[in-house]
This record gives sequence, C-alpha cells and structure tokens, in this order.
Amino acid sequence: MSTHAHVPAPAAPPAPAPPRLAHHRGEESWSRGDKIGVALAWAAGILLCVLAAAIVLYMLFRGIQYLSVSLLATHPLPSLDQTKSGGFLDPIEGTVILTILGTAIAAPIGVGIAVWLSEYARPSWLARAVESGVEIVAGTPSIVLAIFGLLVFQQSVFGFLSFTAEGNAVFGRSFFTAGAMMALIALPLIVGSTREALHSIPSHVREASYALGKDRISTIRRVLLPASRRGIGTGVTLGMGRIVGDTAIVVILLGASQQIQPENGTPVWGLLKGTGSTLTTYVYNNSPAGEGGAPQKAYAAAFVLLVIVIFLNFAVDLIARRKEPTWTR
Amino acid sequence: MDPLSPAEEEGFDPIREPIAVAAQLPPPVRRIAVEEPPTVAQPPADGNGHVVPAPVAALPKRMPRADTAPLERMRTEALSIAYGQKLAVNQVSLTVRRGEVLALIGPSGCGKTTLLRSLNRLVDLTPAASRGGRILLDGEDVDLFDVTHLRRRVGMLFQQPNPFPMSIFDNVAYGLRQRGSKKPSKRELEPVVVHSLQRAGLFEEVKDNLDHPALALSGGQQQRLCIARSLAVQPEVLLLDEPCSALDPISTQVIEETIVSLRSEIAIVIVTHNLQQAQRVADHVAFMYLGDLIEYGEAERVFGSPVAERTREYVSGGFG
Repeated sequence: MSTHAHVPAPAAPPAPAPPRLAHHRGEESWSRGDKIGVALAWAAGILLCVLAAAIVLYMLFRGIQYLSVSLLATHPLPSLDQTKSGGFLDPIEGTVILTILGTAIAAPIGVGIAVWLSEYARPSWLARAVESGVEIVAGTPSIVLAIFGLLVFQQSVFGFLSFTAEGNAVFGRSFFTAGAMMALIALPLIVGSTREALHSIPSHVREASYALGKDRISTIRRVLLPASRRGIGTGVTLGMGRIVGDTAIVVILLGASQQIQPENGTPVWGLLKGTGSTLTTYVYNNSPAGEGGAPQKAYAAAFVLLVIVIFLNFAVDLIARRKEPTWTR
Repeated sequence: MDPLSPAEEEGFDPIREPIAVAAQLPPPVRRIAVEEPPTVAQPPADGNGHVVPAPVAALPKRMPRADTAPLERMRTEALSIAYGQKLAVNQVSLTVRRGEVLALIGPSGCGKTTLLRSLNRLVDLTPAASRGGRILLDGEDVDLFDVTHLRRRVGMLFQQPNPFPMSIFDNVAYGLRQRGSKKPSKRELEPVVVHSLQRAGLFEEVKDNLDHPALALSGGQQQRLCIARSLAVQPEVLLLDEPCSALDPISTQVIEETIVSLRSEIAIVIVTHNLQQAQRVADHVAFMYLGDLIEYGEAERVFGSPVAERTREYVSGGFG
C-alpha cells in the first residue's frame, strides 16, 4: 500500500442546513380557548408589571417630593407643628440596628438547624419535630410572635434584656427582645435556603472528604458550608427583607418610642436594652391612619423603606444568579 | 497499521487532490476506534505539497508491569456485605498487592463497588449495610483501626471528579491539615503539595495557578487533582471507583498512565466497566457476578483463557 493511502480523508463538509421554515405565526391555527388563555396570561403578567411600576413610581414621586436631607438627618421630635417635628433619623437607625441584631441571632441558629437537619437528623422523630417547628414558626403571623415575645420577655428572668421599672416590673420591650422575635421570622428562610444548598451537594463530595480521613465536623466546616455560602447568603438576605418590613413586632416589642431611648450605662448594651422605632412604625404613626397626621413624612419614609427593600431583593438576585462551577451528580 | 476505515477512503483520490484538499482540511482530530488504539489524524501534506503519512500514536495493549515484586497489603476473607436483606457481596476472598493493579470487573449491580467501598469502610456510612467476614490491612483487621486513620492509609477516587470548593493548593493540602493539631504553615505544606501534583501529572498545568478555584479546572484536570489530593496523605492502598467513566479519552489515557506509574509504590484496586481499560492497566482481574467472585487471576489468563463460562461470556461481550 502506498504512503498516499495513509492520507486521511478530509472530513466531509457539513451538509447544507435545511432551508429555514418561514416564520410561522402559530396562533392562527390555535383554538379560541387557547387564544383567550394566552391573552389572559399576557394580561396578568403585564398587570403585575404595571402594578409594580405604579408602586415604585408613585412612591418615588411622592417620596422625592417630600424627601430632604434634613428629614434623613434629624431626630424626630414630639411636636404637633409639622415644621418642628423633625425627621426620621432614629427610625432609620432603628431599622438598621434591628435588622443587624435579628440577622445576627437568626443566621447562626438557622444555619445550625439546617446543617443538623441535612447532615445528622437522628433520631428521625426529632428531625420531623424540628421540621414541623420551623414550618409553624414560618406560618405564625408576626403579631402573634410579638405578643408571645412580650409574654416571655416580661418574665423577671429576662429582666437583663430591657428596662426594669421600680418594683422589678420588667418592661419587656427593647431592641434585644424585638431582635429576638425578628430572628424568628427570618429563621425559616435561612433554614430553608441553607438546607436546599446542602441538599444540592452530591453525596460523593462528602464521601471524598471522609475518604481522606476527615470526620463529619471537619467536612461540614471545610467543605459543605463553604459550598453552601450562596444559599446561606440568599436566606440571610431574604430574612433581612422580612425584618425590615415587619411592623407588628416593632409596635409591640420595640416600645415604638419615636426617638431611640438607650438605657443609661454601657454604650452598646444600653442602646440594645433601650427602645426605639423603625421606618415601618414611623410610616404607620405618621400616615393618615396613625396619630401623627404627617402624611408627607410618611411618604418620604415609605420611599426610603421601599428603596431598602428593593436593594435587598436586588442583592438576593445577585447572590442567587451568580454562576459558580459545581459538581456533576 | 492503517488508521483509515474503508469508508473514509472512498471518494478520495490521493494523487489528484491532495493540495486542494489540504487547504480545506480541518485541524487535527483524534479519532477513536473501538477495537483500535487511538490515533491522531494529521493534515496530510507538508509545506511543499508532498503527502506525508500520518504518524500512528499506538498505545500498547498492556502497559508495562511494575518492576517491584508484588507485596500483599490487603486481604478479604469470606467477605459478605448485605444491604438490609439483599446480599451485595457474597463470601469474597481476594488479595490486594502493592506493585500491581487489581481490576474488579462485572456487570452493573454485581457488588464490585460495594466491595471496593468496604475496603476503606465507606460502606459503614450506609445505615442499612451489614458486613460479615474479615478485611485485613497488613494482617490487621480494619475494624480495629480508627476509621479516620484507616482512610488515610486507604485512599479513594470517585467516579465523578469532586474537588472541594477551595483553591487547588488547599484541595491537595486538605488531608494534611489535621483538626486539633497545630496547623502546618503553607510553607511547610508546599513541597508535599507540589510533589503530589507532580505524581498526579498535573503540576505543569497548574503551577502558576495554585490559588485558583479547583472547580474551574476541566473534568480531567479535576480528577487528577483528586488523585493528587489522595496522594498527599501518602496512602498505601488506592481505591478507584470507575475513575475515568466521566472523562474524555485523552484524560482517561493520562489517568491510566498515572495509575500505572503509581503501582510500584501503592497497591491499586480499580473498579471499571471498561474491559479495554482493565486489559490496559490491570495485573490481576477479579470478575464478579451477582455478588459472587466468579474468577480471580492474572489479567492475561482471565481475559485470554477464562475458566468460568460466565467470565468467558462477559469478557467476550456476551452480556453486561
């Protein structure tokens, strides 16, 4: 056989693509019922977009109209004269403090529960009980949690968490007690999101760690939690959104004092033992429904609240959508 | 050996058309034939328009044997494993030696992966699993070992590459960083990490990117990283559970070469569905069927003149 025979045949040129079908408007052949269904689906989608845009634009219009730097930077003052009743610096600070506190309590507990449910879950009756517990907390209206919290935190054992009046009557209302209950409304979101992330890690990854002589704790700490950080981040951010938006717990457990009223003593501890308000209660109190009767300030504060929540939602999207390489199952 | 199939030769006149054809040729393509070793198809013409024969990169049918004398490391004695009521491995006794590769072959569900996973007691993680018989490492029952200690001596590689979500360096150093003890510094770890990556044949590709995330590597690189990660803790036995089934042929070849180069120091057990792979790398072969060890012996004998009827059918492609 000559050397020529060793020449590889050229790869066959790709067959010419079949002619593209003329753009086909399939709707023409659809039944009337299908057409109506599609139209309704379209309408529902568009309506939702319009509604969202209307909320944002209306609040933007109203908010920008009344918002000023001085509102953001001055303390609220008890005055019927709206030119002298100050801004909402304290509610903004209250929102931030309460969100940080609630998240700081909820995140480690929530991640811990999720890890236990996903990696241990023994005995199984306890795991089922914990799962039900998380679901019940998730389904409980926050006002019920708030009332329950007040009941608990007014016990004298918890006197170190809030003001104590003369005669040892525990006030039960403070950033601590409100933060603890806020942690409960964020908890189910963190547990759910973290569990989902842990669940998506293939079991052979765990086994690979065990096969290197690592125990369960090291595997969780060094492999599983780092691999779940996106899920944890999503859950925590969603939880923050819930805390920022909640009103009932603030009204009942934060004392709803316009200004932040720290307890005298140690700076940070005293602040957290003190009372205050958040943007949600500020909006409520100044809205036509509340007692303040300063709707302009309510609109401005509501706008700030909306901006915070939209920002948090955006952050969730950013965390959840980021593509990271992962394993094959 | 002629790398061309008759079909490809049809319709091509090597005398008349070479130059015109060469101009339109696609880049070199590795073509895979089932019964033939992989060959690389080259553009046929050199710069002067002369036709040059395509080189044939033939892979030896059998990779060369290790030159050290085989030494027994592990042994199973009448090993049985059941999941609940279902017996997955039935009374299997075999020997794992340093200096050779033992391949476990057999149809799906025959118990070969269960047998493999029992050697480092990974089966213990399955709640329903129970075990009878004995597994010995250097004459000692593995049940007497601390399980983390056992798994450091008996490493494992999985079907899917599974680097941890950390840097390449940290992946290899993962097994070296013991919990509780004083943490070794990066400077102390570096020689071991580099040496392990070199042995796994990956170092040249990643030496400038040791701090890059390991999950960004390609599948074949990931699997070699997993080999390096296992080697870093200096195992005496290495268990491979279909390590190439998720990889492309080139990565497979690199990994097979790595396996063969390691066997003089480490006893290797490989589970594979790929009979050609078993022929290429194995020194001993154990054929299992429905939990029973049907045939165990030297690779040439099991593939060349199997004793049992089942083995003959399986190695000749009769079932599987």
